[in-house]
Amino acid sequence: METLAISTLLEAIYDRTGLDFREYASASLTRRIRMRMEAEQVGGVAALQERALRDPDCLERLLESFSITTTAMFRDPGFFREFRARVAPLLRTYPFRRIWQVGCSTGEEVFSMAILLQEEGLQERTRIYATDFNKAVLEKAKAGIFPLAKMKAYTENYLKAGGRGAFSDYYTARYGAARFDPALVRNVLFARHNLATDASFNDFHAILCRNVMIYFNRELQDRVHRLLHESLIRLGVLGLGDKESLALTPHESCYEPLNSHQKLFRRMR
Amino acid sequence: MRFDLVVIGASRGGLAACRTLLSGVPRDFPAPVVLVQHRLEDEDSPLAALLQQDCALPVVEPRDKEALLPGKVFLAPPGYHLLVDGPCFALSVDEPVHYSRPSIDVLFESAAASHGEAVLALLLTGDSVDGTAGLATVKQHGGFTVVQDPATAEAPAMPESGVAAGVADQVLKLDEMARTFRSWGSGGT
Ligand SMILES: C[S@@+](CC[C@H](N)C(=O)[O-])C[C@H]1O[C@@H](n2cnc3c(N)ncnc32)[C@H](O)[C@@H]1O
Repeated sequence: METLAISTLLEAIYDRTGLDFREYASASLTRRIRMRMEAEQVGGVAALQERALRDPDCLERLLESFSITTTAMFRDPGFFREFRARVAPLLRTYPFRRIWQVGCSTGEEVFSMAILLQEEGLQERTRIYATDFNKAVLEKAKAGIFPLAKMKAYTENYLKAGGRGAFSDYYTARYGAARFDPALVRNVLFARHNLATDASFNDFHAILCRNVMIYFNRELQDRVHRLLHESLIRLGVLGLGDKESLALTPHESCYEPLNSHQKLFRRMR
Repeated sequence: MRFDLVVIGASRGGLAACRTLLSGVPRDFPAPVVLVQHRLEDEDSPLAALLQQDCALPVVEPRDKEALLPGKVFLAPPGYHLLVDGPCFALSVDEPVHYSRPSIDVLFESAAASHGEAVLALLLTGDSVDGTAGLATVKQHGGFTVVQDPATAEAPAMPESGVAAGVADQVLKLDEMARTFRSWGSGGT
């Protein structure tokens, strides 16, 4: 598929909506565009662009396909286990703490963190800022209602992550859905923030940005790393996805790994 | 024939098949070898270590944006699709394809899009239909496709699907594939 046609499409989207996908990783984006072409039954990228600019619903579907919102509660349980063991004690040393969960998607990761903080006695004086550029997922995140069918897997994750209570105490089951206790997120602020275009808005004691930057190209990754670095206090902690790394980013030397296995790094400079 | 990139897809029965195949890859193999073996999402999976046992090259799970270089076998990590994106890898958590993440189609299609006729794709044993569409894309872009002889596969459905779709340039047994690999090293013929 023609690279040129794709960059023209991305320019047009930026122009029309202000949403900037021009520096997203191309292999994934190409795949999504090809899938949209098939679903919309158009013969090429240019035809897809033409339809999207003419038909707002088509544009909406295309934009939605660019936002991959896959997530789970306590995804990579080892990460949360280490967060509990190594980061919670650090957080305890501050009288008040702020955590930023970047690209929080439909909220599963936020509720996981909220449960962990509550069990560690850290909930009271911790504010979580949970952001995403996708308005629809933020609405779902606020509601905290997840499919009941997933609770078995999430309970296993929770236990592997070092959970101390009974996972089922955190939700009520009704009509095939698990509704999580709204009190868990009373200190959470859900807000829109676009990593590609928005600036730093606070400084944080810990930032989680997991499986978001894998969708960005190198240049955008580097820029986002600068943004995250700016937004962390000295000795603050950065958490990345399981297969992400700081190696080869301009900020590698600013951090030290908190442990060798999980993706937790401490800002030293 | 000369290829810059070898991509392999396997599902049920793949562990034994891949071990046989990788035992043929010489230390100075000139192209990166990238493998999708269908697997469950499990943090502590021993798959890489098991595949390492018969392989002269290091078997690693690439990190996002890791460079695509010869001298290693790259195994798709559990819970992620593995894509080739020009000179490096990209990972994604897009929805599963044919119930699988990692998916063979996703790897093959991305390899075809970025490396075109320099791609050699091999589809091995399995019960899935994953990989057939990927082989078709590899062929469309001028790459070369090989399917394991279904009669010799522990689970024949996946290679059969490739053969039935007419997207196999060649149908081979595992030891024939391994022999071909061996011949590409400097020790080869
Ligand atoms: C795969 S999900 C990861 C969710 C969660 N962090 C986890 O690891 O389970 C990626 C999220 O990043 C969001 N995202 C993608 N591009 C973004 C951007 N430029 N700014 C903010 N969020 C973005 C998507 O909307 C999606 O919700």
